[in-house]
Amino acid sequence: MTFRIVVLAKQVPDPETPPSQFKIDESTNSVFPPNGVPPVVNGFDLNAVEAALQLRDAGADVEITVLSAGSEFVMDAMKKPLAMGADRLVLIEDSSLGNIDSSGTVKILAAAIEKDGPYDLILGGRQASDWDQAHVTLGLAEVMGLPLVSLVQKLELNSDSVALQRVIPDGYQVIEAPIPVVLTVTNELGEPRYPNLRGIMQASRKKPEIFTLADLGFSSGDLAPKLELKKLYVPESNRQVELIEGEDEPDSGKQLALRLREEKLI
Amino acid sequence: MTSILLVAERDGQGEISQSTLQAVAAAKSLSDSQVTVAIEGDAVKSGASLAVEKIVTLSPTDSGDAGIYDKATYDITSLISLINPDLVLFNKSDFGSVVGARLAFRSDYAFAADCIEISSTVTGLSVTRPVYGGSALAEFEIASTPAIVTLRAGAYETGTDTGSPIIEAFNSDGSVVGQGATTTDTVAEARDGVRLEDANFVVSGGRGLGGPEPFSVLNELADILGGAVGASRAACDAGWIDHSYQVGLTGKSVSPDVYIAVGISGASQHMSGCSSSRAIVAINKDGDSNIFKEARFGVVGDWEKVLPSFLATVRDLKA
Repeated sequence: MTFRIVVLAKQVPDPETPPSQFKIDESTNSVFPPNGVPPVVNGFDLNAVEAALQLRDAGADVEITVLSAGSEFVMDAMKKPLAMGADRLVLIEDSSLGNIDSSGTVKILAAAIEKDGPYDLILGGRQASDWDQAHVTLGLAEVMGLPLVSLVQKLELNSDSVALQRVIPDGYQVIEAPIPVVLTVTNELGEPRYPNLRGIMQASRKKPEIFTLADLGFSSGDLAPKLELKKLYVPESNRQVELIEGEDEPDSGKQLALRLREEKLI
Repeated sequence: MTSILLVAERDGQGEISQSTLQAVAAAKSLSDSQVTVAIEGDAVKSGASLAVEKIVTLSPTDSGDAGIYDKATYDITSLISLINPDLVLFNKSDFGSVVGARLAFRSDYAFAADCIEISSTVTGLSVTRPVYGGSALAEFEIASTPAIVTLRAGAYETGTDTGSPIIEAFNSDGSVVGQGATTTDTVAEARDGVRLEDANFVVSGGRGLGGPEPFSVLNELADILGGAVGASRAACDAGWIDHSYQVGLTGKSVSPDVYIAVGISGASQHMSGCSSSRAIVAINKDGDSNIFKEARFGVVGDWEKVLPSFLATVRDLKA
C-alpha cells in the first residue's frame, strides 16, 4: 500500500536577504521584493520535505505531494521540493490570497487536502520565516479533526501508526499516533538534502496542478481576516554600544570585566 | 471593561512562573481589566496574593495524558464558553503555543502568537508582534472576541501589585475526546547547572568559535558566573553543541541580566531570543556585525585573545 504524504510548503522572501535590502512599503504595509533576491520555499518546510524523503529512504512506499497556497508563485523556487524528490506539486493560486490571514489559509488548505484525495500523513515545518507564526499546521489539525503532534525530531512509519519523538524544552517525548495524523517537523530532524542533477531535470518536466479558490468552493469574501494589519515597520534601535578598547586584545578583555563590575552587572 | 482569562504556568518549583507574572502585568495594563487566572492543579502560595480578581483551578493533567495537551485544550475551551472573556492570554511557551493555537482554530477565534505589546482600542484590541525574524514589527487590530494571544517572555516587567483573589475550582465534564496520540515515555536530557531560561547570566557562542572545543571555555565562564551556556543556530546546526542550547526564534527565549555573545553576528533570528536581556555584551572580531547594534558593551577583537583575560579577571573579581 502506498502511503500518501502531504507536505505543506510556503513561498517566502529569502531570509538571507541582507538587512540593507530589507525595506517596507508603508503605503501598503508590505515588504518590497528585494532586487535580485528571488523568493524561496520556507526553509523549515524543507525539513518536512526531508522527513518525507527519509521515510522513502527507509523503504516505505510513499507518494509525496507538496501543497502550497499563495499568489505570485515563482516556479524555480516552488519546484525545489520536487527536485529534492517529492512527486507532485499542488498550488492553490489566487491573487486575493496575499490578503488573508492564517484562519483563511487553514480553511483553504483543509479543503484542498480533502479534495485531492486520501492521505495518511500531513507534514509541515515548525514555522514560516516571514510571519513566524507557527500555527497553520496546528490549526489545520483542529479544522480537519485530526490528531496532532508538533516539533517532531524523529519519525518512523508502522503499518497503521507512526512512532515519534517530540522535542520538549529539556529532552523529548516518545509518542505513538494513529494514521492519519498531522505533524510539524523541527530542524533537529536533519538538514534538507540538496537536489541532484537528475532530480532537477525531473522537476523541470513536472507541471504543478493548480486549484483556484472557486475549485475549492470559496469566494474571497469567505476568508475575511480576523487580524487586521494596521502597521508594518522596522523598529528603531536606540541602543548605543560602548566599545571597550584596551592596549591590546587581552587588555580589552580585562577592561571589559572591570567595566561590567563597575556597572554592578557581575 | 476588558474581561481577561489568563492561563498560568508554573516554574520548576511549582510556583507561578515569572512569565505568567509578566502576563499579569500585561493584563493589568489594559483599561478597566477584570482578570481571571486559570491554573492546572491546586492554587499555590504565590497565587494567593496575585493582583487579579479570581483564580480558577483546573484538575491536573495525568502524566499519561494522550497526545499533546489534549485535556488542557479541552478544559480551557470549556472555561472560555463559561466565562466569555474578551481576551485569553497565554505565555509563548510550548504549552501556550500549542494550546492557544489548538483552541483558537477549534472554535474559530482570532489568534495572535508571540506578541510583545497589547493595548485596548475603541473597537477591540491592538497587538504588536515581531515578524520576518525580528526585522520588522507588525501591529494588528482584533475586533472579534475572544482574542487568543500568546505573550513573549520578557516583553513586560513583572508587576509588584498584590491582591486577594477569590479561588474556585473548575471541573470540566471530563469527556475529553482523545485524539489518539499517546505519549509513552518522556526522556530528559541530562543538564548540569542552571536552566538556560532561568539563568541570570548567559554565555553564548556562535559560528565565530570555529568548532566545539571553545564551548569548554564558555562553560567555565558560565560556572564562575553561576549562569548557563547558550548557542546560536549556526553553532547548533554545525553540530558543535546540542540544539537544546539554542537561543533564538527557533530555540529558547532568555532574558538574563547579562547576555554575553561570543563570535555571534547577531542575526535577527538570534536576537529575537535574547533581546529582552538587561545588558548584551558582545565579543566579535567584525566591528560591523549586527550584534554591536544591539549590545550595550562590546569588544571588537578575536575572542581567543579577549576571552581568556576576561575570564581571568572575572574569576579574580568573584574570588
